[in-house]
Amino acid sequence: MSAVLTIVGYGFREAVRRKVFAVVVLLTAVFLVLFWLANHYVFTRLETISPPADVHVDTRTFAGAFLLGLAMFATLFLGVVLAVFLTLGVVTGDAERGLLQPLVVRPVGRTTLLLSRFLGAAGVCIVYVLAVYGIALAIIDVTGHWLPPSKVAPGLELAGGVVIVIALSILGSVVLSSTANGIAVFMLFGAGLTAGLLGTIGHALNSRSIEHASKVAAWALPFEALYQDGLRLISSNASGLTGFLLQLGPFGGAYVHGWGIRFWAIGYLCAALAIALVAFSRRDL
Amino acid sequence: MAIALAVHALEKRYGSVQALKGVDLAVEEGELVGLLGPNGAGKSTLVKIAVGLVRATRGRAEVVGARAGSRAARAELGYLAELFRFPGWYTADEVLELHQRLARSAGGAAERKRLLDVVALSDARDRRVDGMSKGMQQRLGIAQSLVGSPRVLVLDEPTSALDPAGRRVVRVLLEELRAQGASVLLNSHLLSEIELVCDRVAILRAGEVVAAGSPAALSRPRGVELETDEGVRTVEGATRDDAARLVAEAVAAGRRVYGVRVLTSTLEDTYLEAVGDDVS
Repeated sequence: MSAVLTIVGYGFREAVRRKVFAVVVLLTAVFLVLFWLANHYVFTRLETISPPADVHVDTRTFAGAFLLGLAMFATLFLGVVLAVFLTLGVVTGDAERGLLQPLVVRPVGRTTLLLSRFLGAAGVCIVYVLAVYGIALAIIDVTGHWLPPSKVAPGLELAGGVVIVIALSILGSVVLSSTANGIAVFMLFGAGLTAGLLGTIGHALNSRSIEHASKVAAWALPFEALYQDGLRLISSNASGLTGFLLQLGPFGGAYVHGWGIRFWAIGYLCAALAIALVAFSRRDL
Repeated sequence: MAIALAVHALEKRYGSVQALKGVDLAVEEGELVGLLGPNGAGKSTLVKIAVGLVRATRGRAEVVGARAGSRAARAELGYLAELFRFPGWYTADEVLELHQRLARSAGGAAERKRLLDVVALSDARDRRVDGMSKGMQQRLGIAQSLVGSPRVLVLDEPTSALDPAGRRVVRVLLEELRAQGASVLLNSHLLSEIELVCDRVAILRAGEVVAAGSPAALSRPRGVELETDEGVRTVEGATRDDAARLVAEAVAAGRRVYGVRVLTSTLEDTYLEAVGDDVS
């Protein structure tokens, strides 16, 4: 346990010294200020907003859910940025710089080392995502006097999505250089978001094939599915309408949701970590 | 004597390149063994397999009887990598403290102070790594490898960044370690260093051990050179014991003898003979 804490502390200190936290905190502060401004103007001029004719919810719910949906997208994006920059060079990057070898030959071993780096990054990102999501909720509550029917679960699903990205980034770091891994993870993240957009387009065009492709992509990249499920949870009890969900933003189609995808996400996470551990144990350094 | 580190029929292939071709080598307890060879001979690969950083394609490597790379082997090992770096924001003391935790050393502040003294970094205890010269970082690396008083020490080019004074510090340290009974595998390009401190030497070329033995055994006699009124003549194969007889024979033959010299090959001669023109 003390070895785990030592490695977690090592990674945390590295992130502090490389100003990863400083950049993310600054970006987050900018986002939250802009988000507060947006909420302020939307809710003080609520009478100027009218929901689409096919969405049967009150204007406050429509505006609140819409803004929270966008906040969730921004939170996911910032959380993924933090996750990637905490983990993109954990193996190959550190090995190329000669930082890893003195640590790996110690009795702590490769498995503990990699899991500790994962736990450290996951701990930081979970706290970060829940904090930003909570502040966004508080801003909507204070400025618009609206809260979603499900308050905690969407934040947890966002955090879960980011944890999956961390596992993918750590797996990538075993086989790819830092730059290549960063590009690969961001492209996967983009692919997931595109899949969500594809689902929305498929629904608008009434194309079963496109909707099916979107579902397959969401299962293949479950961080996107968790994000979609989180979006569904902020509005489903209020409207129960898929049409409403689809208007929460360009990435708002919740075609894959429920406990099935949550269990799948947990299994996916474990599999990604297991593959990373096996690959790391066989990697020449 | 017990074996501290051993490799048997060790082979390593990187794609189409055969880095090691069945190497056998043993370091006995309390012994200091030097590895020599040109670049690309397989020295660093051998060292990395011994410490568990690289997996052998065939053969086996053991540290104090445990499979190289296993937890038991790592617990007995101290290692200085050829290319390494410590986080620039750590002080010398913090680097050693980090490794004490990872090595589960109970030495505490006293051990850290002793190790910094040993590598002449006492004054740099609170200096950050990014404010240290390369030589200081290398000495800190050596101190790091000694955390927890490992039974087996594997040093890959420990003096490559050191000035003559720093090399002397390391040489004295290696002699002290040998006196304390530590086993050391030393990979170095510096023949003089190897010749001065090592009990045995193995010379690698193209992934094979091409010569091995003590520095004295490898520095074998090459003959006796006689300078007479007929010129300089070398008697191949003659030794120091033959010198007096050769002089007497020359005088008896009516020659004037101006000088006699016993020729001994240096480790450098042996090394160059062993590796041929391989200077890659």
